[in-house]
Amino acid sequence: MEEAAVITPSKTKLKIALAGNPNSGKSTFFNNLTGLNQKVGNYPGVTVDKKTGTCFFENGSGKITAEIIDLPGAYSVKSKSEDERIAAEVISNHKNKDHPDVIVYVADASNLKRALFYCTQLIDLGKPVVLVLNMIDIAQEKGIKIDFEKLSEELGTPVVSTNARKNIGTEKVLSAIGSIDPAKNIFLNGTENGNAIYLRYKKIDEILQKCVSKSPIEKPDFTKKLDAVFTHKIWGFAIFLGVLLLIFQAIFSLSEYPMQWIESSFILLNDFISNQLPEGALTDLLTNGILAGLSGVLVFIPQIALLFFFIAILEDTGYMARVSFITDKIMRKFGLNGRSVVPLISGVACAVPAIMSARTIGNRKERLITIMITPLMTCSARLPVYILLISLVIPNQKFLGFFTLQGIVLMGMYLLGFVAVFGAAFVFKFVLKSKERSYFIMEMPTYKMPRWKNIGLTILEKIKVFTYDVGKVIIAISIVLWALASYGPGDSFEQIEKKYNNPEVAYSHSPEILANKMASEKLEASYAGVFGKAIEPIIKPLGFDWKIGIALITSFAAREVFVGTMATIYSIGDADDTLSIRQKMMAEINPETGGKVYSLAVGLSLMVFYAFAMQCMSTLAVVFRETKHWKWPLIQLVYMTALAYLSSLLAFQFLK
Amino acid sequence: MSISTCFLSELKAGDSAVIESFSENEISEKLMEMGCLPGEAVKLERIAPLGDPLIISISGYELSLRKAEAATVLVKK
Repeated sequence: MEEAAVITPSKTKLKIALAGNPNSGKSTFFNNLTGLNQKVGNYPGVTVDKKTGTCFFENGSGKITAEIIDLPGAYSVKSKSEDERIAAEVISNHKNKDHPDVIVYVADASNLKRALFYCTQLIDLGKPVVLVLNMIDIAQEKGIKIDFEKLSEELGTPVVSTNARKNIGTEKVLSAIGSIDPAKNIFLNGTENGNAIYLRYKKIDEILQKCVSKSPIEKPDFTKKLDAVFTHKIWGFAIFLGVLLLIFQAIFSLSEYPMQWIESSFILLNDFISNQLPEGALTDLLTNGILAGLSGVLVFIPQIALLFFFIAILEDTGYMARVSFITDKIMRKFGLNGRSVVPLISGVACAVPAIMSARTIGNRKERLITIMITPLMTCSARLPVYILLISLVIPNQKFLGFFTLQGIVLMGMYLLGFVAVFGAAFVFKFVLKSKERSYFIMEMPTYKMPRWKNIGLTILEKIKVFTYDVGKVIIAISIVLWALASYGPGDSFEQIEKKYNNPEVAYSHSPEILANKMASEKLEASYAGVFGKAIEPIIKPLGFDWKIGIALITSFAAREVFVGTMATIYSIGDADDTLSIRQKMMAEINPETGGKVYSLAVGLSLMVFYAFAMQCMSTLAVVFRETKHWKWPLIQLVYMTALAYLSSLLAFQFLK
Repeated sequence: MSISTCFLSELKAGDSAVIESFSENEISEKLMEMGCLPGEAVKLERIAPLGDPLIISISGYELSLRKAEAATVLVKK
């Protein structure tokens, strides 16, 4: 039988699955085991995140390489949410690619009863289990004493205590894995109907009575005191708004310097390459195509890192659960659920993981509405666009020392997204029909200090995804765009060159001015210019010219491509390489009016367009995966684009 | 002391009680998996600022649920 071969001295490769309730410290334990050797992927066919990692250890008979799979947190093997189903499927199906040799079950030692419910269900699935009693220090502080040996004897599994936060006990777990008894072990037979839940808990109660003693220590309860403030009818909401305001202000002011460093290093690099390499199409592609596009995107890494940093803190400390709690009733009025808060706030970072996190909403209608409206939240990809445009059209005024006018406009853009979210949700509430029941049964985790290592790893992972996945798309688009903007149909480019080589024109202005004029005329005659001009009649009522038109087309792939596109267009259309895109765009003159192209009306209209338009292929793809139907991403694309066009039209016509 | 039965949703913040039974199958299963079993002591810790949902403490931890869900749980005061 397969089970008998679980651990033999010759076995050097091992698959270990980490299972447990949410909030049991499972991910901290996973990080302790794997460190930086981890990756996030997908389970085939579903959208649940699959975290795997590698860990090396010795078990006396030799070195073992263990593949660790961090299963989604669950309370029961009985399928309810997709997450819980996956965990049960991986463990019970022998043919599953990730089927483990050993299960390491991480339990919150101060909440042992509920932890053992799921744990004993897993034991009954027939795999060897190592029970890890995590957060043992907190349990001890609460006066809970656990007899490990007795518990191990009763359950028939090794029991090890750890404090994952301080990385104490990880070694003990590994040696327990190395010496596990592969024999099958059954805790309770029977089906999981209502009565079986009761019987299982009854048996757990009997065991706990033998192994656990509790001497109640009355301590001032930190969590209750904080809850009195964070869920207070006035303070609760005021603090929530304050936290959001603080985050946005911090992102804007803290990222200023690192952004300038990145910007100036790219200008230096660009200069260096232009001077060192021979002039020609390849150098041009490298500097004006790839580097220009890349710098436009990499410059936003400081902001994205900060944003994910704050969201991770809100989640990790347990504050996000309180926000769900105080907002559930309001959310319900809009056809949403208190749990929609997590996707919505994560939507401020990126709609893709946000939409995936909507899986915790059990009710289909509430989940669908959350998915449909989350992309209206101001995601980090819009941030580069907003920051560029705000710095162009909004004066940099300060008041009250800390608040800047630019920061307030940015906050306004976030609020605009927020209002749109609820407006759209309200409409969907009446359009979509459902008779299914809605739930809000969830654990309120105790408040904890953020685990900086976990947060650090999260940020690292997000930046990696952003730089590689987004960077790839942007480089590809930059190259295509460079080609489209550097070549034109027929002999249009030769005509322009001929015109400027004509001695009469050649001596009329200084060489610099002439070079700029020729470059911008060439851009207008290029393929990109032709495309931009073709859609100009449609976007002109919104105040956009053909250059913005090019950016609108390219940023359908992803919003932040706007900045890269602008960078490429303005590098090609401008011979001077020492100015940043910001300065180049600021200097752009509208030939019809003689004023600046980026006036207040155009800037705001463009920002409104980016606030509402569905310009993200990855989001559409993830919506398809989550809803399993093309209908939903299609509806989303149409309603958001229509909303964007109309609002932008209104904004421009009103402001111009 | 008088013993009276009522629904979990009818408790006031700070009230303690013992779970008696459930009036609805689907919700009861969910609640029981989370440790809300007949015979278990329960305390209503907090009511959300807008009157709904609630936070109860049960078997050593805190659980939030809506009033409508709590209205399917019969408790003994």
